[in-house]
Amino acid sequence: MNTHQRVGVVDRLEVDIQEKSFRSSNGEAIDVLCDLHFDVEQNQFACILGPSGCGKTTTLRILLGLESNYRGTVQLPGSVEPRIGAVFQEPTLLPWRSVEQNVRLALPKHLKNTNLDGLFSILGLARMRAFYPGELSLGLARRVAIARALAIEPDILLLDEPFVSLDEATAQQLRHLLMSVWSEHPTTALMVTHNLQEAIMLSDRIIVFSDRPARVIGTFDIRVPRQSRNAQVKADLLRSFNAKFAGRGI
Amino acid sequence: MAAVSTEQQGTVKTMLLPQSRRWTSPIVVLLSFAALIFVWHIGAAIWPSRSFPAPLLVLQKFVSETANGDLPYHLAITLCRVVASFFLAMVIGSVIGVFLGSHRRADQFFNPWLILFLNVPALVIIVLAYIWFGLNEAAAIGAVALNKIPNVVVTMREGTRALDPRYAEMAHVYRFSALHRLRHVLLPQLQPYIAATARSGISLIWKIVLVVELMGRSNGIGFQINLFFQLFDVAAILAYTLAFVAVMLFIELVVVQPLEHTSTRWRRRPA
Repeated sequence: MNTHQRVGVVDRLEVDIQEKSFRSSNGEAIDVLCDLHFDVEQNQFACILGPSGCGKTTTLRILLGLESNYRGTVQLPGSVEPRIGAVFQEPTLLPWRSVEQNVRLALPKHLKNTNLDGLFSILGLARMRAFYPGELSLGLARRVAIARALAIEPDILLLDEPFVSLDEATAQQLRHLLMSVWSEHPTTALMVTHNLQEAIMLSDRIIVFSDRPARVIGTFDIRVPRQSRNAQVKADLLRSFNAKFAGRGI
Repeated sequence: MAAVSTEQQGTVKTMLLPQSRRWTSPIVVLLSFAALIFVWHIGAAIWPSRSFPAPLLVLQKFVSETANGDLPYHLAITLCRVVASFFLAMVIGSVIGVFLGSHRRADQFFNPWLILFLNVPALVIIVLAYIWFGLNEAAAIGAVALNKIPNVVVTMREGTRALDPRYAEMAHVYRFSALHRLRHVLLPQLQPYIAATARSGISLIWKIVLVVELMGRSNGIGFQINLFFQLFDVAAILAYTLAFVAVMLFIELVVVQPLEHTSTRWRRRPA
């Protein structure tokens, strides 16, 4: 029994998954998630951190409505039909549509004629609206994917390792861009990442997953405002995090 | 050493490219056809026979048949049948192909049917259609379409199997409407398969249409060719055939190629 609860207006993300398993090609059941409970407050930016293959992406896919065979409930923030802004591991742009068309196609009906100049401008895409995705570098394609996710004015933003496979300088630039766009219209956000530094830089809360089958080992709340997180603060946060989760497989 | 050989390859490439371009220019195409006609003319002059008329005689026949209105009339009728059968086969074949490509169990069940229909000779389908439904237009067009549908199904099924699920997932998350999914997600991915099946389809269909006309219609190029066969008028047979081939070539150059060029323009500019 699984449900994406849609009762009334909810303001935070609540995840309560008792079990999710996959069946391998030889018929063996592989438990991916087990007793996974966490929540993210309204307009909070949370990161899921955990070892490779522990079920982070599966959790996100459940929230995106792409996995239905699980036991438990998830409650997304927003109205009866919450708008989800998704940034996948790969940009997943339609190669046969231009940058602007890719963004506009995702817009809900009431936003179809919305002005995207500001968003494109912040993300440095103003002169690339007519380009096809094949003409963009991976970093630029990721910016388009972020633009698409934010253009729909989402009730929740779900990001699956959006800065993976980028060189550090480009990734860092994109993190700053994401933060500047997100800060303009803060929304509840959940990002999967392997990168603890990235999580410390971006999030208000880090949710730490165990190895498979994933459950929440603990959470790490960061109350320092992002603009005050200089190198020294980040180093302190990193030390505190390591002290809290030392020897717990992270 | 490696750098030298790469450079050499590069030189070969740049030398070959302009040559290959020159070969596809319209002047070369015209020259090629002119050479064929010349060889044909020489052949007909060396071995003069009623069964092998000279190009000029064929041209005279073409002019006279066009002037009396017979050729345009029969050509138009055949073209209408080709167009109707083509769209019928493409639409029905694509729907079935996409369905089978996305439903494994249905594909397993209906695959033997598909193999059966792929191997039924065109002639048998035409004869049966005329027997069961009478010598009428619907039977003629239906029989032609039925001959092509299995080929369309096979190609579109393969196209559907090759669809990238990530685009469907993105469309699901962003709640694309059914029409948007079809127009922006499904059809662009199937476009190479649609183009391939349309190309092979149009050439196959017009040949089958001629057989259908020959066997059970009282107009069209096929009917006329049968008539001229009985009169042993080879010049007229060639005039009608070449006129139709010219029309099909015109459609290829003016409709199919520009359409393909437009629909694949996103592929041409690499990152």
